[in-house]
Amino acid sequence: MANQIRNIAQALASPAEGGRAARLTTWLAILLVSIFFLIWPALTARAAMNIQEVKSEKGITAWLVEDHTRPIVTMDLVFDGGTTQDPAGKEGLVNLMTGLLDEGAGHYDSDAFQVQLDDAGAEMSFDARRDGTHGSMRMLSEHQDAAFDLIRLALNRPRFDQEPVERVRAQLLSGIIANEREPHAIAELAWRRRLYGTHPYSRPDEGTKQSLARITAADLSAFHKSAFARDGLHVAVVGDIDAKELSARLDQLFGDLPQKQALAPVPDVTPKLGQWILVAYNLPQTSLQLAFPGIGRSDPEFFAAQLINNILGGSPMTSRLFQEVREKRGLAYGVSSKLERYQHSNTLVVTTSTRADRATESLDLIRQVIKELADTGPTAAELEASKKYLSGSYAIDHLGSSRSVSATLVELQLEKLGIDYIQRRPALIEQVTLDQVRAAAKKLLSAEPTIMGVGLRLGAVR
Amino acid sequence: MTTNQTMPLTLIHLKDDARVRPRNMLMAHLARGCPPPHSLPLSATSTQQPQHKGQLTLPQTLPIGRSRQQKPSAHLQSGWLRGTLFATALAFVSTAPVLAATDDIKATAFLLDNGMEVVVIPDHRAPIVTHMVWYKIGSADEPPGKSGIAHFVEHLMFKAATINHAAGQLDRAVVEIGGSHNAFTSYDYTAYYQTVAPSALEQMMSFEADRMFNLSITDDDIQTERDVILEERRSGVDNDPEALLREEIDATLWQNQPYRIPVIGWMQEMEKLDWPDAKAFYDEYYTPNNAVLVVAGDVEPETVKALAEKTYGTVPAAPGLARIRPVEPVQNTRRTLTLTNERISVPRFSTQWVVPSYRTASPGEAEALDLLAEILGGGTRSRLYQQLVVKQGIAAEVGAYFEGVMLDATSFIIYGSPRGAAKLADLEAAADAEVARIARDGVTRDELDKAKDRYVRSAIFAQDEQEFIANIYGATLATGGNVQDVQQWPDRIRKVSTDQVKAVAARYLASDHSTTGYLLPKTEN
Repeated sequence: MANQIRNIAQALASPAEGGRAARLTTWLAILLVSIFFLIWPALTARAAMNIQEVKSEKGITAWLVEDHTRPIVTMDLVFDGGTTQDPAGKEGLVNLMTGLLDEGAGHYDSDAFQVQLDDAGAEMSFDARRDGTHGSMRMLSEHQDAAFDLIRLALNRPRFDQEPVERVRAQLLSGIIANEREPHAIAELAWRRRLYGTHPYSRPDEGTKQSLARITAADLSAFHKSAFARDGLHVAVVGDIDAKELSARLDQLFGDLPQKQALAPVPDVTPKLGQWILVAYNLPQTSLQLAFPGIGRSDPEFFAAQLINNILGGSPMTSRLFQEVREKRGLAYGVSSKLERYQHSNTLVVTTSTRADRATESLDLIRQVIKELADTGPTAAELEASKKYLSGSYAIDHLGSSRSVSATLVELQLEKLGIDYIQRRPALIEQVTLDQVRAAAKKLLSAEPTIMGVGLRLGAVR
Repeated sequence: MTTNQTMPLTLIHLKDDARVRPRNMLMAHLARGCPPPHSLPLSATSTQQPQHKGQLTLPQTLPIGRSRQQKPSAHLQSGWLRGTLFATALAFVSTAPVLAATDDIKATAFLLDNGMEVVVIPDHRAPIVTHMVWYKIGSADEPPGKSGIAHFVEHLMFKAATINHAAGQLDRAVVEIGGSHNAFTSYDYTAYYQTVAPSALEQMMSFEADRMFNLSITDDDIQTERDVILEERRSGVDNDPEALLREEIDATLWQNQPYRIPVIGWMQEMEKLDWPDAKAFYDEYYTPNNAVLVVAGDVEPETVKALAEKTYGTVPAAPGLARIRPVEPVQNTRRTLTLTNERISVPRFSTQWVVPSYRTASPGEAEALDLLAEILGGGTRSRLYQQLVVKQGIAAEVGAYFEGVMLDATSFIIYGSPRGAAKLADLEAAADAEVARIARDGVTRDELDKAKDRYVRSAIFAQDEQEFIANIYGATLATGGNVQDVQQWPDRIRKVSTDQVKAVAARYLASDHSTTGYLLPKTEN
């Protein structure tokens, strides 16, 4: 606590010391919240990570972790509204747009923009995911003026000129064509269709040959205008920048965006389980994928489900599936389970690849391991180990570099977990009881899964 | 200019990865989000993003057991990073001018009495430490007929018990503290690592020191684990036409040097690998004086030194080993290979040349090759990209790279895939023309300066990634380099002249001394 106070005091003091007392009020307005916590039980001062909530004059909010030990600034941002926003018949639109934001903006055409970006030494990438449009940036702090200005242009004034639109469209088309006869790609398309029916999640993010061809520059601009707005924006910044500087940057980057998004509503969808999807193909190895019910982040049983997933196949090397399928029998190189979370649907997915002539054996074994866990739940010792893993792995998985901290902070905002979440998390895990975990196992793993097999002899499995 | 946090290109492997080949010195891949080099030449169109467009979602492929693999890897939760980390980019600066003021990221090196090399790179931003042991032994050191034994031993290191620890005890110890651990095998080295809280460092060191000389195993375990590596081969090679072709390109490019043999091994030899083979290999090469310890993270060099002496320091030194391998003869031919497959819809090509590595090159040559790769095909500002993707509009992707951090002679590679109505032959001819032009006319001062800037910048960005830095030091020291080689790399890059770049292009990239692989659709003639 003493550290916390000192930290805030220092933050408050520094601008005043510089003789800029007049600006202290602004400073106070910026620094709404400052949470101090430890990311590891080891209690050393330098292990502290201080997440500040910075609010700009125009009302843009971002989470910031200052790190002045490297001359680097990292930023992650998300606009709500991802590939689910693709209009019917124009699938692939959002993905195409994300490929064009650094291909010309403001008074720079594509080539000029790329030259400027290269000269500034900045990195900028965008990624169309199902529920949001993600951006990730990194720059050297000494070149941040140029870098932020290019980011501002890309976010506010993308041009969608014909040449880059056609070029990037052709590159994407080439990728779609390349997958046409690829069994695992074909299987992925079938998987989405069969799980999600007519829901937008059923569609390929990259679109189809036909839909990609229909998208116009006007469509791209229309989506940009409807999604790149302030009320759907989430921002995290890590690195060599302080709260006051960031506040000004936030207004520079986002202050002129429209206030409100205009997104199409997307319904929730329950994935359709109990199906068989067989993709026959002559392959030396059969791939298996099983979908069970998942769990949302806001569900009170979320951590119970996380723990059971770890015990089943989530934790490396020690999980039941890994032990039974790989370690004891050598049936596969990898086998794992994962809770897949999207805004409108959740699943628990088990995956492996196994030699074709033992695919039946592998699938039977996997189902048996799952059934046992559903019926009797984990042991107390397994739960204890799983708790330790889940608590301890957070820092290593999420906080090891500025990039991962930044990506994590924006995810925490998307999931509405609160700025003190990392601090609260260990206790949330610790308080889960064996009964809760058993109940979660039964709830998730008793269902009849949808099972997909890709490979020649899978037909025999039924 | 893209980097990508979600690029699902690279698998995150539990224990080991024989396919991963940390051979490249091209930091720029990190900065520009290019696909990891190991996926570059003839990499499956199916798993590859259009190069520059690394951020786009392409058709999701390999959905099963691969693209959604395991937990997000510790410390390297982003797929791209993992890929970059292990597959590329083995250069970085610890003395970038901007960082001169801080002690973080400043490497300290010393030797233990038994000859084990140690490098410590403090990084105090988070209470995390990466602990790696690199053995100077890889698949290229295997005895004839025993291909895959280096990788098999790596697997057995996890499977086996020791005098002091039951099998699986290390796995449980790491998982218990929420750490992560794994290993990988390459042509020139085999590395084991754990990422844990600093308080667990001593425990990890004692586990690792223990399995440096105490391994024992049962017959059942041998059989099961051999099945696992056979599945790994089926997953990574046999199930993937592009990987099959890549394997045969290597066997064609290298006529004598052991890089001709795949790290994972040939199937028929892998099936016969057994404990006596593994034990002999282990006994000969798993010794402290044949190993490099790299520790990066929230720890001080003095602490590491004390702990290393207490753990590794007790392992007795063994007779020194010389790494003498067959050397590649001069290539006098243009060699081509073609693989047609019904799964392929868009053709691809890659052309490779034998070139010196950082260890075998005369001073400045490897640095010039790195810059040549960057200028020719390193990213969206490169000549190949600008000419073939942007101006001529005949390529979906195209690029070049140089795998510099290798013990022996290495390869320089260009690759491409056509788009639209363009023919593969036209694309290849246009790419060859760019290679010929750069060999004939050289590069401009401006091109060279910008390429240098990108490398130096990438080296600064790399300081954000603790495990990345550990890998750079480990791979460099395991291939005959030293700490200064890593630290002085940016300075050496800065010194390269346009003439030197032109000279290496003219000397090494001759079209009649090359090896080209074609991956073609079944229907294309």
